[in-house]
Amino acid sequence: MQQVIFIVLSLLTLSAAVMVVASRSLFRSALWLILAFAGIAMLFILLQAEFLAFVHILIYIGAIAILIIFAIMLSRGVMDPNEPRFNDQWRLVIGFGALLFVGLVVIMLRIPWPVNIVAVPADAIQLLGADFVGTYVIPFEVASVLLVAALIGAIVIAREH
Amino acid sequence: MVPLTWYLLVTAALFCIGLVGALSRRNAIAVLMGIELMLNAINLNLVAFWRYAYAARMDGQVFAVFVITVAAAEAAVGLAIIIAVYRQRRTINVEELDLLKG
Amino acid sequence: MYYIQDLFVNIARSWTSWISGFLPLWAVSGVNYLIMAVILVMMPVLATLTLTWMERKVIGRIQNRIGPNRVGPFGIFQAFADAVKMLVKEDVIPTDADRPVFNLAPILIAAGAALLWAVIPFGRGMAAADLNVGVLYIIAIGSMTMIAMLMAGWSSNNKYALIGAFRAVAQLLSYEVPMVLSIATVALVVGSMRMGAVVEAQVVPFVVVLPATFVVYLMAGIAETGRSPFDLLEAESEIVAGYFVEYSGLKFGWFYIAEYGNLFAISAIVTTLFLGGWRGPGVSAVPALGPFYFIAKIVAVVFLMMWIRGTWPRVRIDQMLGLAWKVLVPVSLANLLWVAFVMKLPLPTALQWVLFVVGGLAVLAVALGLLGRAGRRHVASKGMVQT
Repeated sequence: MQQVIFIVLSLLTLSAAVMVVASRSLFRSALWLILAFAGIAMLFILLQAEFLAFVHILIYIGAIAILIIFAIMLSRGVMDPNEPRFNDQWRLVIGFGALLFVGLVVIMLRIPWPVNIVAVPADAIQLLGADFVGTYVIPFEVASVLLVAALIGAIVIAREH
Repeated sequence: MVPLTWYLLVTAALFCIGLVGALSRRNAIAVLMGIELMLNAINLNLVAFWRYAYAARMDGQVFAVFVITVAAAEAAVGLAIIIAVYRQRRTINVEELDLLKG
Repeated sequence: MYYIQDLFVNIARSWTSWISGFLPLWAVSGVNYLIMAVILVMMPVLATLTLTWMERKVIGRIQNRIGPNRVGPFGIFQAFADAVKMLVKEDVIPTDADRPVFNLAPILIAAGAALLWAVIPFGRGMAAADLNVGVLYIIAIGSMTMIAMLMAGWSSNNKYALIGAFRAVAQLLSYEVPMVLSIATVALVVGSMRMGAVVEAQVVPFVVVLPATFVVYLMAGIAETGRSPFDLLEAESEIVAGYFVEYSGLKFGWFYIAEYGNLFAISAIVTTLFLGGWRGPGVSAVPALGPFYFIAKIVAVVFLMMWIRGTWPRVRIDQMLGLAWKVLVPVSLANLLWVAFVMKLPLPTALQWVLFVVGGLAVLAVALGLLGRAGRRHVASKGMVQT
C-alpha cells in the first residue's frame, strides 16, 4: 500500500517538475512549481518527517512561491510571449541531463547503502530543537545572520530610487 | 517499506529536470525555478537518507532545515536582483544580459 | 448510562467494530477517513448557513435595526434564500481569463477553510487527526489560502483584481508573523505542538495566563480572515470586492463560504488555544459534554468578532501594515522573550504562570502607553482637534 502511494506521489512530483520546465506561460510554471513543492512535502510525510513537511510547505509554498509570483507580475509586459522560451542549446542540455541521470542511477544501484531502518524517536521535535541549540548552534546563529543579511540586501537592491 | 533506491531514483530524476530547466530557459525567473527544483531534490535526498540510515538522531532533518533556510535567502536576493535588473534594462532574458561579455 | 457519558467516542467505536465485521482492514480505515472528510467539508458550509444569519442579526441590532425577519421565524432561513439566489446566477467568465486557474481558485480557497478543521479537538480524543505538529499545520494551511488568492487575482485578467490580490497577500503575509509568534508562545508554555496537548494543559485558560498573546492572536486572526476593521480587501468602497470581483454565481459562493468558514475556524483555534477548548465543569466525568462547551465558546468568540466589526471603522492599507509590523510584532516578540526567560527559571509552574500574567500585562501597558504618546504627537503635529 505504501508503495502505491509512493509511486503516485513521485509521478505527481516528477510530472509537475517537467511541466515547470516545459510550460508556455511563466505563471503556469509557478503554479506547477507549487504542485511540485506540495508533492515533495507529501513525500516527507511518507518518510515520517512531519515537522519538516509542514516547515517545507510554510516556507516554500507560503513564501518562496509567492515571491516568485510577485516577481513574475512585477516584470512582465516587456517579455514577448511569442519569443521562444528555450535557448539555442536546449537539445544539448537535455542530452546532458539524460546522461547525468543515467550515470547517477548506475552509480546508485551499485553502491551497497548502509540501510538501518529503526523507529523514529517519539519526541523527535524536542530532539530537533535540542540539536539546534546544542550540537548545531553555530550554524544556527550563522543562518540567522545570513537571513538578516539577505533581508537587508533584498530591500536595498530592489528599492526604488 | 519502499526500498531506498526508489527514493534516490526520484531525487536523481528531479535534480536532472531542475538542471535542464536551469540551463535551457531564457527567462531569469524560470532559471531560478529550476534551481529551486534542484534544491528540493537535495532536501528529499537528505531526508530519505536520514530515514533509512540514521533515524535515531535528528541530524538529517537539521541539515534539511538549513538547506531550506539558505534556499529561502537565495531566492529572496535572486528575485530582488531580477527586479532591479528589470528596472534598469527592461528585460530579464538572460541572453540579453551580457554587458560583461568580452 | 456509561455509554452516554462518552457518547461520541463510543458511537465511533461501535460503528468501527460493526463495519470491521465485513470489511478488510484498509477499507475500514478508508471508510472512517471518508466520513471524517465529509464532516470536515461540511463545517464551512454549516458555518456559512448559521453565521451569516447571526452576523446580519447582530450587526443589525448594533446599528439599531432588526435585521432580516421575513424569511422564516426571526429570518433564520435567510441563508437558504441567499444560497438559492447565488445558485441561479449566471456564471460569467471574463474573456482572456486563464480558465483552469480561474476555476481552481475558489476550490482551493474553500479547501483551505475546510482543511483547518482536521486538527481541532472537539472533545477528549475527538480530533480528526491529532497531529504532533498541529499548530504548525494551521499556519501552513494559511499559506495555501494566499496562493489561491493570487490565482484568483491573476486569472481574472483585471488590473483591479490583481491589485486586490496583491493587497490581500500583503495583509495575510504581514499578519502571519505575529500569529506565528503568539502560537510559538503558547507551544512554549505547553511544551508540545499537539492541539490536544494544548487543551489538556489549560488548567487555567490561557486568556488569563497569556493576555498579551491573546490580544495579538485575536487581532492577527481577524486580519487573517479579512474581516472588519481589516476588510479593505473586499469592501465595496475600497476596491470593489478585490480579488474576486470577476466571480459570480456558485464560484463567488465558494469565496463566501470560505470567508465564513475561515471565521469559524479561526474562532475555533482561538477557543482551543486560549479559552480551554472543550474544557468546562463536569467534562472529566462526562466527556460527551466537551463538544457542547466547545461550540458555546466558539459562538462567544464569533460574537466578539462581529461586535468588533460593527463598532470600529476600517483601517487604511498603510495603517494596517504599520500595525502589523510596528506594533504587533514587537509586542509578541517581547512577550515570547519574557515567557522563554521565565520558563528557564527554576520555579514551580504556578509561580511561572503568575509571572507570565505580570509580564504580559506589563508588555500590553507599555505598548498602549507608547501608542498613546504616538497618537497624541500625531494629533499635535497635524493640528487636529482632539476630542
